[in-house]
Amino acid sequence: MSYSITEPSSRQKTLAAFLVITYAVITLVPLLWVFMTGFKTPPDSISYPPKIFSEPSLEGYVNLFTTRTRVTPERLAELPPPANFAEEIVRDRNMVIAGKSKYGERFLNSVIIGFGSTFLSIFLGTLAAYAFSRFNIPLKDDLLFFILSTRMMPPIAVAIPIFLMYRKLGLSDTHLGMILLYTAVNISLAVWLLKGFIDEIPKEYEEAALIDGYTRFQAFYKVVLPQAATGIASTAIFCLIFAWNEYAFAVLLTSGTAQTAPPFIPTIIGVGGLDWPAMAAGATLFLLPVLIFTVMLRKHLLRGITFGAVRK
Amino acid sequence: MSMNPVDAAAKHTPPSVARRVKGLSDKTIAWLFVGPTIFLLLAINIFPLIWTVYLSFTNFKANRPNREVKYVGFKNYERILNDADIWLSMQATAHFLIWTIVLQVLIGFALAWLINRKFKGNDMWTTIIVLPMMLSPAVVGNFWTFFYQPQIGIFNYVVSFFTGADASSFEMLGSVSLAPWSIVIVDTWMWTPFVMLICLAGLRSIPDYIYEAAAIDRASKWRQFWTITVPMVLPFLMLAVLFRGIENFKMFDLVVQLTGGGPGSTTELASINLKREAFEKWRTGYSSAFAIILFVTVFGLASIYVKALNKVKER
Amino acid sequence: MKLRQLASAVICVGAGMGTAPAMAEDLTLCWAAWDPANALVELSKDFEASSGHNMSFEFIPWPNFADRMLNELNSGGQLCDLLIGDSQWIGGGAESEHYVKLNDFFDSEGISMDDFAPATVYAYSTWPKGTPNYYALPAMGDANGWFYRKDWFAREDLQAAFKSEYGRDLAEPKTQRELLDIATFFQEREIDGKKVYGAAIFTERGSEGITMGATGALYAWGFKYENTPGKYDMEGAVNSPEAVEALEFYKELYKCCTPPGYTDSYMGESLDAFKSGQVAMAMNWFAFFPGLYADPDTGGDKIDFFVNPPQNNPGSTLGGQGISVVSYSEKKDAALEYIKWFADPAVQAKWWSVGGYSAHNSVLNDPSFVESQPFAADFLLAMENVQDFWQEPAYAELLLAMQKRLHDYIVADKGTAQEALDMLIEDWTEVFEDEGKL
Repeated sequence: MSYSITEPSSRQKTLAAFLVITYAVITLVPLLWVFMTGFKTPPDSISYPPKIFSEPSLEGYVNLFTTRTRVTPERLAELPPPANFAEEIVRDRNMVIAGKSKYGERFLNSVIIGFGSTFLSIFLGTLAAYAFSRFNIPLKDDLLFFILSTRMMPPIAVAIPIFLMYRKLGLSDTHLGMILLYTAVNISLAVWLLKGFIDEIPKEYEEAALIDGYTRFQAFYKVVLPQAATGIASTAIFCLIFAWNEYAFAVLLTSGTAQTAPPFIPTIIGVGGLDWPAMAAGATLFLLPVLIFTVMLRKHLLRGITFGAVRK
Repeated sequence: MSMNPVDAAAKHTPPSVARRVKGLSDKTIAWLFVGPTIFLLLAINIFPLIWTVYLSFTNFKANRPNREVKYVGFKNYERILNDADIWLSMQATAHFLIWTIVLQVLIGFALAWLINRKFKGNDMWTTIIVLPMMLSPAVVGNFWTFFYQPQIGIFNYVVSFFTGADASSFEMLGSVSLAPWSIVIVDTWMWTPFVMLICLAGLRSIPDYIYEAAAIDRASKWRQFWTITVPMVLPFLMLAVLFRGIENFKMFDLVVQLTGGGPGSTTELASINLKREAFEKWRTGYSSAFAIILFVTVFGLASIYVKALNKVKER
Repeated sequence: MKLRQLASAVICVGAGMGTAPAMAEDLTLCWAAWDPANALVELSKDFEASSGHNMSFEFIPWPNFADRMLNELNSGGQLCDLLIGDSQWIGGGAESEHYVKLNDFFDSEGISMDDFAPATVYAYSTWPKGTPNYYALPAMGDANGWFYRKDWFAREDLQAAFKSEYGRDLAEPKTQRELLDIATFFQEREIDGKKVYGAAIFTERGSEGITMGATGALYAWGFKYENTPGKYDMEGAVNSPEAVEALEFYKELYKCCTPPGYTDSYMGESLDAFKSGQVAMAMNWFAFFPGLYADPDTGGDKIDFFVNPPQNNPGSTLGGQGISVVSYSEKKDAALEYIKWFADPAVQAKWWSVGGYSAHNSVLNDPSFVESQPFAADFLLAMENVQDFWQEPAYAELLLAMQKRLHDYIVADKGTAQEALDMLIEDWTEVFEDEGKL
């Protein structure tokens, strides 16, 4: 390797690596702690001083997916032997499984609303971004700024009328209502990001297609869309992550049928007293997809979080 | 990678539609493409905003639909501006805003600078550092309440391990002096990577030849840092501050889960206060006025800031 | 035992009631997530068997319960067909027509409110207060009470130490001041090599916790919301010298005798503190007492219960709920069927035996009731002197104002008790002015 004055020395590099890795490890501790708490028993999770390692247990996950009732030891003795490991764990605490918990439903709501709103934002966003990128639209800059500025509004500021509007239209606590709402929030991001990606596709490709007898529409979906595929995919993941994580609207506008996981997870409680392992289990399952997406997205991360204001 | 949704949609567009669209002029297509987006934003953003303005001049209460709605002029605005509690919540917001930005800028820039030393594996570590900011703030906040438990919490345990102070002797979320810092710590943990990523982009945008030229001029590393690195990264840094500023002014989910505004009203940020007024006390008119005041404040401050940012960029 | 017999009879009665319904419906019942709710699930299986309807449940944890459910009602949601709503919601539920008025239904089905304990009917069912306009059927009687480590109280070494310090026996406190003494005595004492604390009390900020805890002291000191009921004249009542003293007392109890980090605690934290052997005494709702008594670690011989001790006069904070039919429901008939089933004396008897607190006279006046559980007698005693928070339609505003003032004074150390109560009157006056009641 040739000598370069801008290349840091190897001692500098080692020191930098040491500091960055230290920070990364510290930053990971809370996440690891959540993960580990999910595999502790409730008493281990609240032991003092905190136990770093403990006998792994699936009690948290069992509690996450079930509701339980306390029974007297006499009645417990009368019951047939436990049918599976989950019942065994629950019976050790003088309880029986009474039914399924709501976690599965809430997780599914997150999936439906997340994917639904992502699909809609991308669909509308791609069309608008293409138009902004390729056509002469009067007041284009103003419109684009208007789209961006909607993102600046505190969600609570528009929540009141949205609440009233949804009450009138019967959209409160419905999947459709939440999908429309998240689409409206996400679309500014989608338009701005996608416009950036489409701007980067040379106009000449389409022009060649138009000369070949394609219509504008055909040129759009046969030439531009395939070219923009990566950009569309990463924009979609950003929209999905936002909808997945959103809390303020979810807590105000949903109560059961369409409630997503973020307002639900903090309310997971056990039978008398807080159940941290169950909450940790719920959080782990909920955070995991986002962690995977983040790793997939790492090349486009910067662009996504800055609305395309910074491109690498 | 699976087929993206738009592609799929396009494939499913029936040929008859495509044929009908064929003859459309570019102008028509443009409006056809932009129209739905604008309509959606008008319906779910602008219309509600105008409604909020209207409500802010009334005594309406959403939980009492049967009550007569009266026009009250600027009374709601007057009450808010004269309400000591609102000013306290603005102070709490300012404390949170200023300290999170200061800490995140310092740590974020330092990290970016270190990562830019291009040591082996820096990409992987960058990705790891970025993880917290992608997570759901409500779930994160919920979990930090667990870490902050005086006896059983890992945070107190770690602090006592390094300082020797008794782990149950301080209450991060419960004491008036520590609670404002507890929310700053979590926000910093979560969002420092954001500032870091933007700074990193800034650092990487500086072409090597500038440093080479400076080195030929025998400028010291220290001087290079202050005369090249800092000014070149500044626009990026200012952009990061803008984003964090807007986000933290609106801050709701993370803090509501962490402290719920307590103890007393020590960490009751503007958005939390607003949520209480609007959806717990149901003072719809009053809280609409508060919402408008907040919105105008964010928008005003952001516009001024963007002007300044553009000046820096022009230099 | 008569109760047991009644309870087992319920199944037969339930089966007999099954006059095939027109259509099997899926009914959703909403309540808070706590021990009695799980008991209700068990109980409701009889209803499913007899009626053919299917019951599902939506249980929301207490800290979010009011928020979520009032939001649901105010948005006209159809999540719940039946709602076991908190006593203070009745004013809003009636005036905004969230709840179905039940008078005609009661008349036609022969359900008489005279069969239920008068205090519960007054608190859970009527609006305007005390008038025969019913919007709920008393579902769950409840009040705030206390429990303690009987095994610790019985230790000879602790008995002797306490006697030499306070000149009396270590026993269930007879007054609030005695309670403070005992809590002080246990605070940071080593028991079995573990540091323990005096008492777990309510200090929660977000929903209603600290108000429900502190009113326990306030009522015992003779606190009143108004000088003349219905006049909203709060000056001199809300900030009376007794009220100030009571609030100072609650703060002293908080400062002296709670476990570390006890700054935002409600039911769950109180249960945790007690079950983990951290505290000698704890306050909580009677609803949890069956579960506490059954606890393998700290229940049984190790626990006993007492009613909120009097100071100037007896007084307990009212909890508990009535069951209402939500007016936005599309299955009102089936929901009413459930209420009819629930009002049956045999079902009420079983309700008590599985861990719910029936408010039905046939259960409460049964001679075997007092002996049926170690806390049954205390429950009756508590219900004799219960007081509730405002039940006004604007209750949420009134409550949030009190939450803020109390938490500011007690936990965040701002101002004095006198100032806190004076400011509370200001807040409340403003609310009542907005309401047009002042």
